[in-house]
Amino acid sequence: MLDALGAPQSVLVLGATSEIAGATVARLAGRGRLRRVVLAGRPGPGRDAAVAAASATLGAEVAVETADFDATDIGSHARVLGAVFDAGDVDVTLLAFGVLPPTPTLADPAAAAEVVTTNFSGAVSALTVVAERSRGQGHGILVVLSSVAGERVRRSNYLYGSTKAGLDAFATGLGEDLRGSGVSVLVIRPGFVRTSMTAGMAEPPMAVDADDVAAAVLGHLTGPSRTVWVPGQMRLVMSALRHLPAAAFRRLPI
Amino acid sequence: MSRVPLTGWGRSTRSTADLAPALTVDDVVDAVRAARAVRTDPASAGRSRGILPRGLGRSYGDAAANGGGVVLDMVGFGSLGPVDADGIVEVGAGVSVGELIDAAVPQGWFVPVTPGTRHVTIGGALAADVHGKNHHRDASIGAHVEGLTLVDGCGEVRTLTRGDEQLDAVIGGMGLAGVITSARLRMRPVRSASITVETSRTADLDATMTALEEHDQRFPYTVAWLDTLAPGGALGRGVLTSGDHSAPDEPGALPLDGLPRPRAASAPPWAPSGMVNRSTARAFNEAYFRRAPATATTAPASLTTFFHPLDVVDGWNRAYGARGFVQYQVAVADGSVIEAVLELFRREQVVQFLPVLKRFGPGTGAPLSFPQPGWTLALDVPASSEVAAVLDRADELVVAAGGRCYLAKDGRVRPELVRTMYPDLPRWQQLRAELDPDGVFVSDLSRRLSLC
Repeated sequence: MLDALGAPQSVLVLGATSEIAGATVARLAGRGRLRRVVLAGRPGPGRDAAVAAASATLGAEVAVETADFDATDIGSHARVLGAVFDAGDVDVTLLAFGVLPPTPTLADPAAAAEVVTTNFSGAVSALTVVAERSRGQGHGILVVLSSVAGERVRRSNYLYGSTKAGLDAFATGLGEDLRGSGVSVLVIRPGFVRTSMTAGMAEPPMAVDADDVAAAVLGHLTGPSRTVWVPGQMRLVMSALRHLPAAAFRRLPI
Repeated sequence: MSRVPLTGWGRSTRSTADLAPALTVDDVVDAVRAARAVRTDPASAGRSRGILPRGLGRSYGDAAANGGGVVLDMVGFGSLGPVDADGIVEVGAGVSVGELIDAAVPQGWFVPVTPGTRHVTIGGALAADVHGKNHHRDASIGAHVEGLTLVDGCGEVRTLTRGDEQLDAVIGGMGLAGVITSARLRMRPVRSASITVETSRTADLDATMTALEEHDQRFPYTVAWLDTLAPGGALGRGVLTSGDHSAPDEPGALPLDGLPRPRAASAPPWAPSGMVNRSTARAFNEAYFRRAPATATTAPASLTTFFHPLDVVDGWNRAYGARGFVQYQVAVADGSVIEAVLELFRREQVVQFLPVLKRFGPGTGAPLSFPQPGWTLALDVPASSEVAAVLDRADELVVAAGGRCYLAKDGRVRPELVRTMYPDLPRWQQLRAELDPDGVFVSDLSRRLSLC
């Protein structure tokens, strides 16, 4: 659990290669008590590089472990993630995996459904395991990276947006369900984040860096707000956009 | 049994546990055996969260919490025998120090040691080996235990008496060496229900320390409140309150049967987080210092006023708001380290409240018992991640001089430092393993600091 001054000792990252997760773990380590980081993701050069980067950034005091986690291999989640909890408490879990299709949707029905499997079904399954185990330890913070793309779905990325809408709704409901259990869910809704996932895309207004998202996570680890927009002004923007008539919304250059 | 969120008195750490009321030794035995069955079955060991006794929840950090596990509510162990002619009383682990005082004073006896609140259970007081204003003369409460009854980690009932080595694992053992169900304490004879208090002011930290050393020769009870926000050379100016039990014929002294019933007002539940800040703390300090007489005066005071001044406000800990606070308490032999810590806090503008300074006499020798000869400083700091690094630097100063933090107050120390602070930890672990071979007793504190 977080210590009296808000420092975690252990973090589980679902989505080992996520840059937002990397920045968040670095900031959590800055609170001075981080000793165990588990990077869960598919084995391979990407995860190896993330382990090397984390080890270099976090120093010798922090043990960087891996877990062979594949979001689409739903049958393995209970075993793989359960083992992480069996080995020791997990204070903070960051759900940071997801794929962004190159086009608004995918013509191949199987490929389109696969995006849903990764971003939504896989996330629901992983969160179900993590929530149950966190409840069992009587504490835990589940940080779920959602997106404003799910708040008002646009024609330009509605497949991605629909998965984030589902994830956001599930995570929000899960947070309510977990009230009183000692476990809380923090839903993060970033706007456009400059990462390798968005590299080469036209940058809209209010774009942020991975570290801006990390700062928002740290600022709301505890406290009353369980849905957080990054940047904070995005909340007002999305509030307006949500209520815009479709005829007006589709004319917007976004 | 119900699942409830538990925090320490500082309200800065929290976890949820199954709180199980225990009323009889059999209740404790059954609960410990059930927890042990989960722990020793390979099929469930990975999910085992252990069991821990809890009293009135006055430890400030995570010592009395056990996230996901079982927490035995021990306040039902309320049996309280008469004080015999030798001053020995048999008392249930759930009896509070205050209840014991209320029962014993009319019989002409007082508790051998009381901490700064009457709302701690005897079980908790022994598990934390608490100290009071008479430590320089009488050591901590563990020095006044004739024996105790304990349910060990196998669910066996044991009686430990003075001289048993395993008692050293229980005294100061933070509830991790077994569940104390009752204890035999040696009380102190008194002839009135009052304390005759000498109140005096000092000009700076040096003067405060000198005065404390001098008063320790003259008084069984001494403590100094410090003004750590005073400007310049006045850092550590203070108000000393030193006292002894009043003689029955002293003017104003209360007779043994004249103990007033303690009454408490409530702190408002809406107290905002910012109520304790640098400005209010500074204003309070100035007023508190000015209220004390410039030249020493002597007057009788009630037991509550002298020993438990904060108890007059119920739930005063809520004044720190939603994030709570930490109490930073250290013991160190070298007085210059106290000065260095206070100067560090002033330089870094640490918001601090109610700092107190006292001299410790010899410790009890129990491996995890906090008091060691020298000085102890305690102060409240509103919880915030911004203060973490400064407290870490203060720890380094203290540890470099052979000092330590108090586990009953802690919620944030670097785990790696505990081995240096408590060099006898391996001996404690060994004794504890005899009492709890399967590691059934667990707390959030023990997990955070890898104590067991």
